[in-house]
Amino acid sequence: MSTPAPTPTATPTATPTADFETFDYDVIIIGAGGSGLRAAIEAKERGLRTALVCKSLLGKAHTVMAEGGMAAAMGNVWKEDNWQVHFRDTMRGGKMLNNWRMAQIHAQEAPDRVYELERWGALFDRTPDGRITQRDFGGHRYARLAHVGDRTGLELIRTLQQKVVSMGTDVFMETKILRLLPDAEGRISGAVGYRRPTGEMVLFTAKAFVLATGSIGKSWKYTSNSWESVGDGHAMAIWAGADVIDMECVQFHPTGMVWPLSVRGILVTEGVRGDGGVLRNSEGKRFMFDYVADMFRAETAETEEEADAWYDDHINYRRTPDLLPRDEVARAINSEVKAGRGSPHGGVFLDIASRRTPEYIRRRLPSMYHQFMELAGVDITAGPMEVGPTCHYMMGGVRVDAETQAATVPGLFAIGEVSGGMHGANRLGGNSLSDLIVFGRRAGIGASDFAEGRTGTPSVDPAAVTSVIDEAFAPFGREEGYNPYDVHEELQETMQALVGIIRTGPELEEALVKLEELKDRTSKVQVKGGRAYNPGWNLATDLPSMITTSIAVAQGALNRKESRGGHTREDFPGPDPEMGKVNFVQRQTGEHGYLAPIAIGPEPLPEMPPELRALFEEAPKP
Amino acid sequence: MTDTQTTPAAGAAPAAGENATVTMRVWRGDDVGGEFTDYVMPAVEGEVVLDVIHRIQASDAPDLACRWNCKAGKCGSCSAEINGLPRLMCMTRMDTLPPGEPVTVAPMKTFPIIRDLVTDVSFNYEVAKTVPAFEPGPEPEGGYRMMQVDVERGQEFRKCIECFMCQDICHVIRDHEDNKPNYAGPRFFIRFAELEMHPLDVNDRRELAHDRGLGMCNITKCCTEVCPEHIKITDNGIIPMKERVVDARYDPVAWLGRKITGRKKKTAEEASAG
Repeated sequence: MSTPAPTPTATPTATPTADFETFDYDVIIIGAGGSGLRAAIEAKERGLRTALVCKSLLGKAHTVMAEGGMAAAMGNVWKEDNWQVHFRDTMRGGKMLNNWRMAQIHAQEAPDRVYELERWGALFDRTPDGRITQRDFGGHRYARLAHVGDRTGLELIRTLQQKVVSMGTDVFMETKILRLLPDAEGRISGAVGYRRPTGEMVLFTAKAFVLATGSIGKSWKYTSNSWESVGDGHAMAIWAGADVIDMECVQFHPTGMVWPLSVRGILVTEGVRGDGGVLRNSEGKRFMFDYVADMFRAETAETEEEADAWYDDHINYRRTPDLLPRDEVARAINSEVKAGRGSPHGGVFLDIASRRTPEYIRRRLPSMYHQFMELAGVDITAGPMEVGPTCHYMMGGVRVDAETQAATVPGLFAIGEVSGGMHGANRLGGNSLSDLIVFGRRAGIGASDFAEGRTGTPSVDPAAVTSVIDEAFAPFGREEGYNPYDVHEELQETMQALVGIIRTGPELEEALVKLEELKDRTSKVQVKGGRAYNPGWNLATDLPSMITTSIAVAQGALNRKESRGGHTREDFPGPDPEMGKVNFVQRQTGEHGYLAPIAIGPEPLPEMPPELRALFEEAPKP
Repeated sequence: MTDTQTTPAAGAAPAAGENATVTMRVWRGDDVGGEFTDYVMPAVEGEVVLDVIHRIQASDAPDLACRWNCKAGKCGSCSAEINGLPRLMCMTRMDTLPPGEPVTVAPMKTFPIIRDLVTDVSFNYEVAKTVPAFEPGPEPEGGYRMMQVDVERGQEFRKCIECFMCQDICHVIRDHEDNKPNYAGPRFFIRFAELEMHPLDVNDRRELAHDRGLGMCNITKCCTEVCPEHIKITDNGIIPMKERVVDARYDPVAWLGRKITGRKKKTAEEASAG
């Protein structure tokens, strides 16, 4: 068994039945990426009976993919940096749709969390005088990202994982949670799931549950996300009656690999363009000059000569349009492909080979060099890369209290990508790893406080447990039905084509019709084989999460009739000041569950206090 | 779209051309037993082994079990034995394998089978529980200072993605199941080395490394050869640790020094005790 049973002392097995195992804890954390691990440390340190439940082996969560670093205004490289500047950068990057209090807490607490990782064994890259060094990144005014080469996520997850293990925390690996269940008073008290290696069902009861389930990217065809990113937490929160916000705000990174198939969607760092790489269409033309929006015209080069001179002289020349914000570049690539000027495999060309020496490229971009060499057989020092937009990050998610990460349903907490508000309409690079450790700790405290203050033994309706189990096993019993892989592929095609980087009202309406159809098919999928480690069945149980989150994204996108950050409407190309004052909140008001509708409506953003608002008035123009 | 053959195919057609195919000879079974099954799939340009496995799942064998996550060589989930050698399925391009021959994909041999390509790697997670936590010395005013050159020694070992292929190939446990209780394996020897070389850690891992079987390693370097992160497990981790263990245990000068000055670092026993 790769999911060792917890030690008997820590987990009194309550009511073993023929159908499912039962475990009881004070705090259950679902998801073992950076935020889940950090939350578990907090609850465990409080002496609470704590367990982590994760879908993969420990240490494989998506956090491991993060490269650049974690943003924290430590001021080790630029002493001028402080939390106010970081806060301002974050809010501007999010197009002011962020929950201001979360952005403030994040900026204030991130440095302490980074130093804490060092005390737990992390080995960050150093400044010449031996302190943690920091690197530049898009949207950050000062060099701010603590990092370990280009594998910062691995360092973060390994440090937290080793800490969690050394504390003797119970971990249920390769266990998927299907549904959250309330007690009679509406407090979340149970979670039903199954162990993937055996297919055995499990009921966890606890006084508090923390969702740390990550992203939703697997509903798109081209994504940098792994199979785990199916929106489990987003969907389970919705089904439990919790509010979600900003579901339309999905970040598409402009440069993912598109060819070969094996690497479709894998990220190509912005550093390629920062170091001299340019985007070209099939005619060899540097098309970005044709896509400079009015608001960037004053600061963007008009000719190739001027753009090329900028690399060495930022003072007398204006920057290349290849380094416009992510949404601008992604939109331009999309237009070129649609106009028939794309690369053979549906992207555009990213060319650094004709502009820099092989030695320079290998020295500045070692991981990109190896990524293309080993995975694609492409020598980026000799020829161009093919790139296109890839679904990368979910800004929207469960609406939480900024201080405690509590959801709108009692007993439930959410952190990281499954929570909403922190990043507004667009996330800055480097702000996700710091988000995980700042709010992971906060949720650990919040959930522990809630668990300690809760009276009575958590209990759930046994009929509800049985109903979840029956539904999970239903695909085995069908004599005929849809292939879950086919439904998934069609979902990906639908989301890619109709709810992608550029959206229109009619296409979103078409998507919603199609999603209803796929919802119906999801209820009729058929699975062959046994329960033990059966990926076809596992996918069948992922589909409801993907369908629910996809519907929420499409509904949010249809309602936000403007373009802001990661959300772009071709029929409403600019931002609307009135829309910038609201979150679109979605919740199930009547029936709860996969088949029930989700209501949506605007609600005003939390009001920023005057002293913080003043930071934006004083700030110099970017 | 595909044919499932019960008898081994004679081999795949050349890897290019309109109707080219590849034959994947995949081990199917569970802890009771199993056998190789051939899947003849259309050849698709630019694929890695994991892509073909995914296509088999989506068509012929939806219940074919394999682990994977990042699909970019960063998480270490999809370890398998491809044509007899431990490799990451996501980093093994089909066009690097001999054309026209079946590609065998088998689970890692050293660990018990769960199903198909998925093995029970809990051995490694159990060993991890026995490693005493990192413990830094007192923090000076203004925080810790470390030089880049000093952190780089440990950083090499912290590149480890825990694919466990070094554990799989290591003959000490691959061929001798009975060694497992006493042998931590290469992955954990570099964990001990990383902690031992960490500028801030105050625990002594040398006795621990000795107790966990460091001496049983006879430096065949198989682990280094299969490491997808190109960590010099043997040269930079195991051999220096062996030297330090020898220093600690047998060097009379060091022994005398410890007697006179007192130990600076904790013993494994003290460290384990907390």
